[in-house]
Amino acid sequence: MESIWKEKVDGVITQSGSSRLSLLPCLEAVQEECGYIPHEAVNYLRECLSIPSIDIYGMITFYSLLSTNQKGKYVIRLCNSLPCYLNGTENILDTLVDNLGIEPGQTTLDRRFTLELVPCLGLCDQSPAMVINGVVYGKLTAQLVTEVLDELRTY
Amino acid sequence: MKDLKIITRHLNTANSADIDVYLADGGYQALKKALSMTPEEVIAEVKRSKLVGRGGAAFPTGLKWELTRKEKANPKYIVCNASEGEPGTFKDRLILKNDPHMVLEGFIIAAYAVGTSQGFIHAREVYTQEIELFQKAIDQATERGFLGQNIMGSNFSLDIQFYKSAGAYICGEETALFESLEGHRGIPATRPPYPVQVGLMDKPTTVNNVETLCNIPAIINNGADWFASIGHPDYPGTKLFCLSGNVKKPGVFELPLGTNLKDLLEAGGGVDGKFKAVLPGGISSSLLTETDISLDFKTLAKAGTMLGSGAVIVINSDTSMVNVASNVAHFFDEEGCGKCSICREGTRRAAEILSRFSRGQGNRNELEWLLELHEVMKDTASCGLGQVALNVAASAIRNFKGEFLAQVRKEEGVWLR
Amino acid sequence: MVTLNIDNKQVTVPEGTTILQAAKEANINIPHLCYFEGLKSYSGCRVCVVEIEGEPRLATSCSRKVAEGMKVNTHSARVRRARRTILEILLANHPQDCFNCERNQNCDLLRLAFECGVKKLRFEESEKRVLPIDNTSPSIIRDPNKCIACGRCVRVCHDIQTVNAIGFINKGPDTMVATSMDRGMGNVACANCGQCILVCPVGAIKERSAVDAVWAAIADPAKHVVVQEAPSIRVSLGEELGLPAGTLVAKKMYAALRRLGFDAVFDTNFTADLTILEEGSELVERVKEGGVLPQLTSCCPGWVKFMEHYYPELAPNVSSAKSPQQMFGAVCKTYYAEKAGIDPKTIVNVSVMPCTAKKFECQRPEMNDSGFKDVDYVLTTRELARMIKEAGLDFVSLDEEPAEDLLGLYTGAATIFGATGGVMEAAIRSAYMLITGRELENLDIEPVRGLEGVKTATLNVDGLELKVAVAHGLGNARALLEEIKEGTSPYHFIEIMACPGGCVGGGGQPIRFDSSLKKKRGEALYEEDRNMPKRCSHHNPSIAKIYADYLEKPLGKRSHKLLHTEYTSRPVV
Repeated sequence: MESIWKEKVDGVITQSGSSRLSLLPCLEAVQEECGYIPHEAVNYLRECLSIPSIDIYGMITFYSLLSTNQKGKYVIRLCNSLPCYLNGTENILDTLVDNLGIEPGQTTLDRRFTLELVPCLGLCDQSPAMVINGVVYGKLTAQLVTEVLDELRTY
Repeated sequence: MKDLKIITRHLNTANSADIDVYLADGGYQALKKALSMTPEEVIAEVKRSKLVGRGGAAFPTGLKWELTRKEKANPKYIVCNASEGEPGTFKDRLILKNDPHMVLEGFIIAAYAVGTSQGFIHAREVYTQEIELFQKAIDQATERGFLGQNIMGSNFSLDIQFYKSAGAYICGEETALFESLEGHRGIPATRPPYPVQVGLMDKPTTVNNVETLCNIPAIINNGADWFASIGHPDYPGTKLFCLSGNVKKPGVFELPLGTNLKDLLEAGGGVDGKFKAVLPGGISSSLLTETDISLDFKTLAKAGTMLGSGAVIVINSDTSMVNVASNVAHFFDEEGCGKCSICREGTRRAAEILSRFSRGQGNRNELEWLLELHEVMKDTASCGLGQVALNVAASAIRNFKGEFLAQVRKEEGVWLR
Repeated sequence: MVTLNIDNKQVTVPEGTTILQAAKEANINIPHLCYFEGLKSYSGCRVCVVEIEGEPRLATSCSRKVAEGMKVNTHSARVRRARRTILEILLANHPQDCFNCERNQNCDLLRLAFECGVKKLRFEESEKRVLPIDNTSPSIIRDPNKCIACGRCVRVCHDIQTVNAIGFINKGPDTMVATSMDRGMGNVACANCGQCILVCPVGAIKERSAVDAVWAAIADPAKHVVVQEAPSIRVSLGEELGLPAGTLVAKKMYAALRRLGFDAVFDTNFTADLTILEEGSELVERVKEGGVLPQLTSCCPGWVKFMEHYYPELAPNVSSAKSPQQMFGAVCKTYYAEKAGIDPKTIVNVSVMPCTAKKFECQRPEMNDSGFKDVDYVLTTRELARMIKEAGLDFVSLDEEPAEDLLGLYTGAATIFGATGGVMEAAIRSAYMLITGRELENLDIEPVRGLEGVKTATLNVDGLELKVAVAHGLGNARALLEEIKEGTSPYHFIEIMACPGGCVGGGGQPIRFDSSLKKKRGEALYEEDRNMPKRCSHHNPSIAKIYADYLEKPLGKRSHKLLHTEYTSRPVV
């Protein structure tokens, strides 16, 4: 696994240089590859880009799509902003919590699902909406949510 | 007039994201024309058109380009802001998916006018499909000589670097965006100085919203006078209004600025339920309790609210305003950057207080305190986020005080003083 | 020049001045928390807001530059309400235990809350944070619950010290100061310099206290508690006890230490003189026999740890001489124990230092050449002052007393160690004699004095052009170190102090947000030097005695065992 994210980071640096301008794309590359940022990656970036590790850690903890913790196989991002809220996020959340047995911010024991409440996804015309691993699910109903989860359990 | 479509004119065109479809409808003619003018002439034309930014600040676009170009420092940069994090805004998503070449053409012309050969695009990571289409458009444009070295045989070159946002609403704010690109935490800068003087990498930078750039090809092709004659005399042209919340047909509607809110609601199939309130500029604006009002920057400002990026969120009478205020307060609690004390602590305290009200455990005194906190945040917060964070809460308390009082903690049936 | 109106006073200042600085010219001190002279302005606390006529919102005076004809009101009703609300809301998220906070005498938040009229805390139902305290470092303890996220500590660590041990993490109200991957300051490349403590406006960072342990040792009849005090203490301790900065209080200090109950009162200045003999001899040997040059001083443990993390390849350049504190510990539990007939097992060595890194230094595992832990406890200047107050001593009125001669007699060369350039000057006075056999005529070596970040000098020593450099503040040191790495360093000898100003500006010193005090303390040391009968380390009779009776000679076998050390390399995390 280490060799793959290292390759990706090297690729970004080859393309964009080894200045601080490459930090965000490098972190995103590692995140995409591993689902989180291992501390070996923090050390590697510190060396390659000459950026103090606290600065890198400060970046990771600032941006919600970057994380030092491994998440579940499927990260369920349910929009909790006003337009979705007005169209029933609370019910959808209840369905998800009941179905998965976890609260927002937690991961199921089998590490299959992580549930997150996120700010506006830009899908307000399909509210309430959620995104799971890049796939958009809009105009959610309790039934649709259950169907989606059942399907994801089969993979 | 209200049927005029500048930006969404390819909405129903098949394969509208493809360069050949775009070219067939006169695409990149504006770029050709612009390159035959001097950058100063392009700026003059856009200034005459009276186009103002569509990202929320409504700053005159031509003037912004002129100010950037005038700066002595080099190099200059241009950034296309496709961060679209504002709740209730989803227009840029539509544009990027539907007409990426229109954005690109506008962007290239803008870069030419400003005098930069380095452009950046900062897009919402969540828009995976849209990003793919846009990157494809960049590749296609480069292949055909509309981007890259010596564009269309001129000695103007432009290189574009694409950045995906990493999940921070505040990075839609231009100076926080710069910090993000530069590999820092997205903390907005102290202003003055302004980005046109000291921007990305401390160089003069123009930041334009996706929708703003979409107007440029049409202005260059059809002329400033044509554009200036559309819609509102002070804010000509169309706006992509995003209608969401309790409406029957939420969506993006291209209408002239100055359209009455009533007409917009009608276009959206009407309110889903009974109308209670509306946020004409999304969660950064204050609540309006009427629908008969012109949707333009000046009128809404005079009414104590604002248009912003045109994210019109409708609220029906089934909804508790306390919960609305709490939801919005929590958003700003989570999305503030944390630099300035008043916003960092203020948004947390407001979210806490409003949560308590939501649970029926409110402390009556806290309503006055929230109103005072709102005034101080408006006065002292470093950036726009802190300044508007309590607009919804304050306007909710003022307009729907009864709902809040009903959520005050009762002890042995006695109202707390 | 720009003329503006501040609170009805016309003020003329150079263009580019901020409103805050301009107001200072008009003797108006605009309240502020995150602004700190010498650091880049952050404009985070918003306390320094002022009203500018014609502008819709208040502006932060720490960042806003003056403009011709500007009309500023620094305390209109609107401004005062804003300040009160900001302070109130900071206090709402702050522990309310001022009574036992070490900073309650000089906490800016407490002072401003009172001065700006915060009468009541309305956000009383706010949920207080409960964040873990960073207890991982032997030198410095951080309490994030008291942190107001002003960023001063981050700025000093990043920009001035270039250590980058701490920084901001998270976003919004969860923002806090932390270390990389939350490892804790003891587990990252922290130099322990304590500059972060000196700039913190509240009690969020402090030294790990040895006060209780020292009281216990003093009270233990089986223990023989010995104390040594750094040069800087004698010109700074008075500040905590009602005297102006730079008042020389050495003899009152000795008296106070005896009242507190120490069994033997010595002085680190003695071993400062000893350090010069050892390190000076080492330099002469390297110069004469082609050893590794430039030689770098080694008495600053903050610099040494910094070197071990960031420049371990330069370890051969660093003098092998221990610091005066550690030399003292080693000779105290051997030479002194023998001379005084005391069982070294019963000796507890306490040092009083202007420094937090010394607390790390004394617990370095190799510092046990006496056969015991050479130095047991380190107290900062601040900690000693607290003990003096707790004992109820009327310090100002104490009669002066001497220290004991054996390990307490010193020369002017020793006492200037506390100022940046002092070690260098002391070393030159003796190295000159060691090389030429003659005494240096002019003992005041001005080019190495003062607060310039990097100072250089060239001295003609019998045909040898001795090139020296002095750096204080780790950021300033880097330039010289990079030169050495690249092989282009022209110097023979370089003094490096981690703290700006040298030890008088150390992390254990009285906390005063007044940059002129470092200068005053330093000047007081040079004044003491000027007035001393002996101003060169090699003229110290107690030094002659320790070599004659015990150590034999500088760099000799016993000297090597007790007075010299080795370094390690540490990872950068």
